[in-house]
Amino acid sequence: MTATKKSFFAKFTGQVTLKRGVSAILIFLVIWHVGALFDDWFGVDIIGIGLVPPPADVFAAFLEVIPKIGYWQSWVSSFSRVLTGFLVAMLIGIPFGLLLAVNRYFRGLFFPPFEILRPIPPLAWVPASLIFWPTNEMSIAFVTFLGAFFTIVINVLGGARSIDISYLRAAQSMGASQFDLFWKIVLPGTLPSIFTGAAVGMGITWEVVLAAEMISGGGTQGGGGLGFFIWNSYMGGSLEQIVVGMISIGIAGYLSSSAIRKLGYFMMPWRRLF
Amino acid sequence: MAVKQTLKSKSTKKVVPNDASSVTLRNVSKSYGEVWLSDDVLKDVTIEFPAGELTVIVGPSGCGKSTLVNIMAGFETPDSGEVLIDNKPITGPAKDRMVVFQETALIPWQTTYENVVFGPKMRGDKSGQALKDEAEALLVKVGLGEFIHKYPIQLSGGMQRRAELARALINEPTVMIMDEPFRGLDAMSRSLMQEFFLDLFEENKKTNIFVTSEIDEAIFLADNLVVLSNKPTTVQTVMNIKLPRPRDYKMLTTEQAFKYKKKAMELLHDEAMKSFAVLK
Repeated sequence: MTATKKSFFAKFTGQVTLKRGVSAILIFLVIWHVGALFDDWFGVDIIGIGLVPPPADVFAAFLEVIPKIGYWQSWVSSFSRVLTGFLVAMLIGIPFGLLLAVNRYFRGLFFPPFEILRPIPPLAWVPASLIFWPTNEMSIAFVTFLGAFFTIVINVLGGARSIDISYLRAAQSMGASQFDLFWKIVLPGTLPSIFTGAAVGMGITWEVVLAAEMISGGGTQGGGGLGFFIWNSYMGGSLEQIVVGMISIGIAGYLSSSAIRKLGYFMMPWRRLF
Repeated sequence: MAVKQTLKSKSTKKVVPNDASSVTLRNVSKSYGEVWLSDDVLKDVTIEFPAGELTVIVGPSGCGKSTLVNIMAGFETPDSGEVLIDNKPITGPAKDRMVVFQETALIPWQTTYENVVFGPKMRGDKSGQALKDEAEALLVKVGLGEFIHKYPIQLSGGMQRRAELARALINEPTVMIMDEPFRGLDAMSRSLMQEFFLDLFEENKKTNIFVTSEIDEAIFLADNLVVLSNKPTTVQTVMNIKLPRPRDYKMLTTEQAFKYKKKAMELLHDEAMKSFAVLK
């Protein structure tokens, strides 16, 4: 009885959220449309958006690229670069951050060089990595990795160090070994920060991958990724396609971060409650 | 009231074994910081905690009560002096001394049930159906039978403290160390928890060391009341509270209780004034 009531309620609020989302997007499109055509209607340009193509033209350009295999290849190559860099950053960053947090010798040894490398923006690594890595693909993946790595490590380290000491003490009283403390207190206690780091890191990864693709040039349009797609459209003078590329990136970023949110929701049942 | 009824109606079966140890603090001193700028927190603290009695420690705020708790629990080591359990020195934290912390230390990512079975399961000294039955019986006893699969954040403050009591008791400690366990609860939950806690103590008679800064709470609960001095902390007075057991809240309005309260307040007031004067 309660279950049906609840699911009905959930459906209802779900619809409201959906309606809000759709109307917000529609309102945005109307403003965009008016802004873009303001010049045609009133003969006065709105500085900043006067030259932006109206949504209808962008939509037409979208329809034009959708059947093209090159456009989807851009998606695939950007996504695979993002995922490679991101996953490697997670695989190395999480254990590295945890080690920094739990072992004072390790921290003494590795934290200073880490802190010197951290402020260097990932894009500053692009020229060097293009020279040092044998292929373009590897240098882009490396720069992408850097973008996510530092953020993930800092979040993991901060999260693990801010675990309430009474949890550790309570567990110790009950006979926990170092192994128990790590697996049952430190790791689950750090999960929320791991997911925060992952979400932020994922965002940075997208920023970095696009810039890296623009700088490195990519080669063929297919192998160039969405960043190169935008750059190519700019070179080709297609304003509509530039906007198509931008929106594609927005959608790609949204898909990536909602995947992370879903995973976090699934892995941290105790956080679903507030 | 509801809390007590749940307790009374369900507590026919004995769930917690009665084992109690004596605890002795002998000349315990502790200071923090470098030698040239050290902050003496405890100085020659000697206290006897008789087995099976409830000893309450009160002292002015910031006097080092928590340091004392950490030393007795084995989380910190004293600079000099020693802590004896049944006349044997302690070597670190152990399951014979369970601590109920200020605020809550329930592990947020474990349900109430998982929190309770955490210790025995980890050590592997209880398992399977026997552990499940025992944990459930304990949770029913503390009035949380319906909340065993909830996460701590879904429980009220009073429920969290009771869950924590259950988590401590399943480890069969011989000493319970309570570090201002009811701090942060509203007045009503607090007095209900005090009554609940007393019922539990009067039933299982474990050695209880209860730290608080509330004088009413101290007198209501205590067999022995240890009044600490201002920093560096030493024992100022030990009072025996000879109110009859079982106790209820009405006893706090008797003349006898009032005399204890007056004495304790005067002692504490003097000490509090000293720390106040230091600030000026």
